[in-house]
Amino acid sequence: MDWLADGYGLVLRAFLLTIELGVVAGVFSMLLGVLLAAARVGPVAVLAKAAATYVLVFRNTPLLMVFVFVFVALPKVDIPQLSFFAKGVLALTLYTSAFVCEAVRSGVNSVPLGQAEAARAVGLTFGQTMQEVVLPQAMRAALPPLASVLIALMKNTSVAAAFGLIEATARMRFFTNDNADVRTVIFLVFAIGYVVIVELMSAGAFTLERRWRVAR
Amino acid sequence: MSLTAESPQAASRPPGDALVVLDHVDKWFGDLHVLQDINLSIRRGEVVVVIGPSGSGKSTLCRTVNRLETIDSGTISLDGRPLPAEGKELARLRAEVGMVFQSFNLFAHKSILENVTLGPVKVRGVPKAEAEEKARRLLDRVGVGAQASKYPAQLSGGQQQRVAIARALAMEPKVMLFDEPTSALDPEMIKEVLDVMVDLARGGMTMVVVTHEMGFARTAANRVVFMSDGQIVEENEPETFFTDPRSDRAKDFLGKILKH
Ligand SMILES: Nc1ncnc2c1ncn2[C@@H]1O[C@H](COP(=O)(O)OP(=O)(O)O)[C@@H](O)[C@H]1O
Ligand SMILES: [Mg+2]
Repeated sequence: MDWLADGYGLVLRAFLLTIELGVVAGVFSMLLGVLLAAARVGPVAVLAKAAATYVLVFRNTPLLMVFVFVFVALPKVDIPQLSFFAKGVLALTLYTSAFVCEAVRSGVNSVPLGQAEAARAVGLTFGQTMQEVVLPQAMRAALPPLASVLIALMKNTSVAAAFGLIEATARMRFFTNDNADVRTVIFLVFAIGYVVIVELMSAGAFTLERRWRVAR
Repeated sequence: MSLTAESPQAASRPPGDALVVLDHVDKWFGDLHVLQDINLSIRRGEVVVVIGPSGSGKSTLCRTVNRLETIDSGTISLDGRPLPAEGKELARLRAEVGMVFQSFNLFAHKSILENVTLGPVKVRGVPKAEAEEKARRLLDRVGVGAQASKYPAQLSGGQQQRVAIARALAMEPKVMLFDEPTSALDPEMIKEVLDVMVDLARGGMTMVVVTHEMGFARTAANRVVFMSDGQIVEENEPETFFTDPRSDRAKDFLGKILKH
């Protein structure tokens, strides 16, 4: 395990980048996804249509293609210089927010219509009704699918390995290239790293779910 | 226990000027002419019971008054002003019209206290402490003060419906709409809700109540409006309506519900 003794700083830094990509893209995906979901269920037909089209495009495009689009096509349209990290976050966000939108939308649809009607009857505006009554309940219902989406995102960060970002998967390839004799061990170590991160996320989601269930 | 002692519109009977006026109101659901040329004027302090067969348009009528349903022609006005179409104005109108639903519709993720304070705090901008104090008073009055920190699912149907009434009252509405408030309740809980409603009526609240509870109609209503197939077929004061209905449709309907 010489490679690990010598290189564990590199391993940690690589996983840190994986987590950074996952967390930053996760936050942006949640923001964009919730906005898209609000547009989809909202009363403005044009916005609903636009959001539906967005979801149609990005949910059905392979993630690798979204990356190619952001890294190869976007520079052509001369968008201000983005770092590799920012481009990676952008690609992951474009893709993941479509799934967040659908998870949140299914959550919204699970909230009985009477809840929104009661809110409107009390005099809340559409925005207040969404914010105070519908979304909090929708998020509870959407938590399990959202957890799946965010876990998939964390693993999807590995696609960035092919685009110059030395996150965990890229680092693993360097190690296996240099230490061909212990490939399996290297693979196992990195796999365990991913498993630990994902299990932590699952545990977090489970805790939230339980707390929210008690709060009903 | 007087529910409306502090209510500004606590007028003494007999009822006053017209508060809610529906003038030649028509509404369609696709091909279904669900409200047909409805003319109805409800005076301040009046209690109107709406009765009629299932599917006759009673809920729809109720819901047009706070514009949960739009109408296709005619006008509805509240306190002399036509209902606003959309946006902030409409939200303000809805705050002045209390609504109690058959299925309670308490906010499932909020405590009983929060259910009652949400409207005053968010719509009226009442400071939270003040809203809570008032909410507790209202909850005490409808007899569920002890449940303030619980969640709706932890309450019985009768308790939930009384909370729903308190939630509507917290906005100090000019008129209260009740859409079959006791239909989803077990028999032993119906009385506790009706008692609260009778009390409200006595306190001078203007009320439109869709219900088949004849006891309530006889005790508290000034007028019974009988609907059938989207039309107001007959209206009269309760005693006369129940003992001597004029139209065949009303006779037929009363015959059916009296059999049970
Ligand atoms: N949102 C809707 N879309 C289409 N039809 C509806 C809708 N709401 C009610 N209806 C129909 O309108 C008629 C009247 O309904 P409703 O006002 O609920 O009657 P009631 O409360 O007297 O039972 C019924 O035939 C019902 O099926
Ligand atoms: Mg009905």
